[in-house]
Amino acid sequence: MALTDADRQRAQQIIDQYPHRKSALLPLLHLAQDRDGWVTPAAMEEIADLVALTPAQVLGVCSFYTMLKREPVGRLVVSVCTNVSCLVNGGGELCEALRGQYAADPDVFVEEVECIAHCDHAPAFQVNYDFHGPADAAAAADVIAQYQDRRLVARTLSGTPAEDVP
Amino acid sequence: MSPDATPHETPVVTEFLRARPEDSWTMAAAREHHHAYETLTQAFQMGPEAITREVSDSVLRGKGGAGFGTGQKWSFLPKGVFPRYLCVNADEGEPCTFKDHMLIERDPHQLLEGIIIAAYAIQTDLAFIYVRGEFALGAQRLGQAIRDAYAAGYLGKDILGSGFDLDVILHRGAGCYIAGDETGLLSSLEGERAMPRIKPPFPAAQGVYAAPTIVNNVETISTVPHIVRRGAKWYNAMGVNRSTGTRIFSVSGHVERPGNYEVELGHTSFRDLIEGLAGGVRGGRPLQFFVPGGASSPWLIGEHLDAPLDMDYVQGELRSMLGSGAVMVFDDTTDPLLVAWRLSKFFAHESCGKCTPCREGSSWIEKVLYRMAHGQGRADDLDLLLSFGNNIVPGLNAPFAQTTICALGPSIMSPVVSLDRWFRDPIIERMRADEQRRGALAVAGT
Repeated sequence: MALTDADRQRAQQIIDQYPHRKSALLPLLHLAQDRDGWVTPAAMEEIADLVALTPAQVLGVCSFYTMLKREPVGRLVVSVCTNVSCLVNGGGELCEALRGQYAADPDVFVEEVECIAHCDHAPAFQVNYDFHGPADAAAAADVIAQYQDRRLVARTLSGTPAEDVP
Repeated sequence: MSPDATPHETPVVTEFLRARPEDSWTMAAAREHHHAYETLTQAFQMGPEAITREVSDSVLRGKGGAGFGTGQKWSFLPKGVFPRYLCVNADEGEPCTFKDHMLIERDPHQLLEGIIIAAYAIQTDLAFIYVRGEFALGAQRLGQAIRDAYAAGYLGKDILGSGFDLDVILHRGAGCYIAGDETGLLSSLEGERAMPRIKPPFPAAQGVYAAPTIVNNVETISTVPHIVRRGAKWYNAMGVNRSTGTRIFSVSGHVERPGNYEVELGHTSFRDLIEGLAGGVRGGRPLQFFVPGGASSPWLIGEHLDAPLDMDYVQGELRSMLGSGAVMVFDDTTDPLLVAWRLSKFFAHESCGKCTPCREGSSWIEKVLYRMAHGQGRADDLDLLLSFGNNIVPGLNAPFAQTTICALGPSIMSPVVSLDRWFRDPIIERMRADEQRRGALAVAGT
């Protein structure tokens, strides 16, 4: 990512919170993703420097967590739950329909996810970690459209409120 | 609850967020309408030992799933060893559990007040809140609540002139179920893969950074201020035996009114919860089965509806558990094989890969259940599952024996054991029919 001075300052603040610098790894990966839209190999190298690990160790941790994307995914991540309460309320169909609809859209990444704890609104989905549902494919597409034309302000790809990004 | 009494909620930790849906998460509303932080003065007068005793006497048990005694856990801290830490487990990921999600989004100050009291009781000056990464609004509101609490002098140095200092760090996860395991959480907090650790040493002896650590669930900690304010006797007068007080049950699936319901333990039944509070099975259809305590708990059926919500009864008599309080309800149109397959897919996806029985077993079980649910099953598949499941859970009897470091391994077998317990004959019949249909197609050359 090539950290700017502001990034380094923010990163240092995060590291300084913790008794041990390695604990800052997930927050720093979120920070890198917020900045670049995904976790780039270059970012992992810089983070490794900051927390005194090797880039391979950073990759090892990064690849364990589903919210951290190691390739570009566009501006909006749509996470559709298909675990059981959503499954029996049409979550599988919703996921398939949205995948088909946005297959060619580089800005919208549709992913199937495990339970997001919004089961009283099944079938549930998130757009950049804002909760929505229940919705059929048409209603979900309408919500996504509101983020596309910025009637709804999307969080970052790590779920940080847009106004909190330096 | 007597058979004719109308099922009702007994809101304790959900009382305020229900009463002030418009702004319950703000400092102003919490202070003005919920006496937020007013119990701190009382707690500082009582002193750490008295608080721990009160919590022990209340028989408060962990509300995240395992149900371990909270006061007992606190008392395991080795004396005189510092630093020590409090970690609040807000990594709620057990399928169909959505109570902590609600508590952090809608009543973060109640949680913070509980954290301050618990941290004081165990004498730590640093608490972590590990919030599930996907709970973006929850983390945002909790972050604001922490800043407001610092500004008001409830966090930081010399809180309310007590001489007690406390810092709170909000730590966001990044998408991973097993970080919700007590020791998985500690690994994740240290910047590792969220792989659970072998116990002993238990976290109270060696937790985060190898220092003594107490890990407690959000709902558990949110209950602490109420116990300190109203006393252990008030709390354990509710409930029965060692299931005291209240718990929030997240009811979802085929019910008219899915949602969180906080009820008194022991005097409320599954029927009160499902048919009363949640409005019954949707469209008046018959109940086929329900999952009583999260994906890890063995399933129950209609004949168990009148069982009390009593942790020990459900474990001892019904060979299941109240676990995380997630009650999933399925009507007669549901294919139990499809539900079992989807749950096994969850476990296969979330297995961290550290222990062989879980890493290998989860994906094998998922593959076999997939073919069974999709017309490709074989008549002996159920016995095949039980046969290699016996290597994950020797004996296959609940409560499950464990061959893995954490409880994810044995949990994989809950759906399989449930299929065998309640649906064995129809499943074998269906697998035979599927075999015959495929045989006939093969003969016909298609």
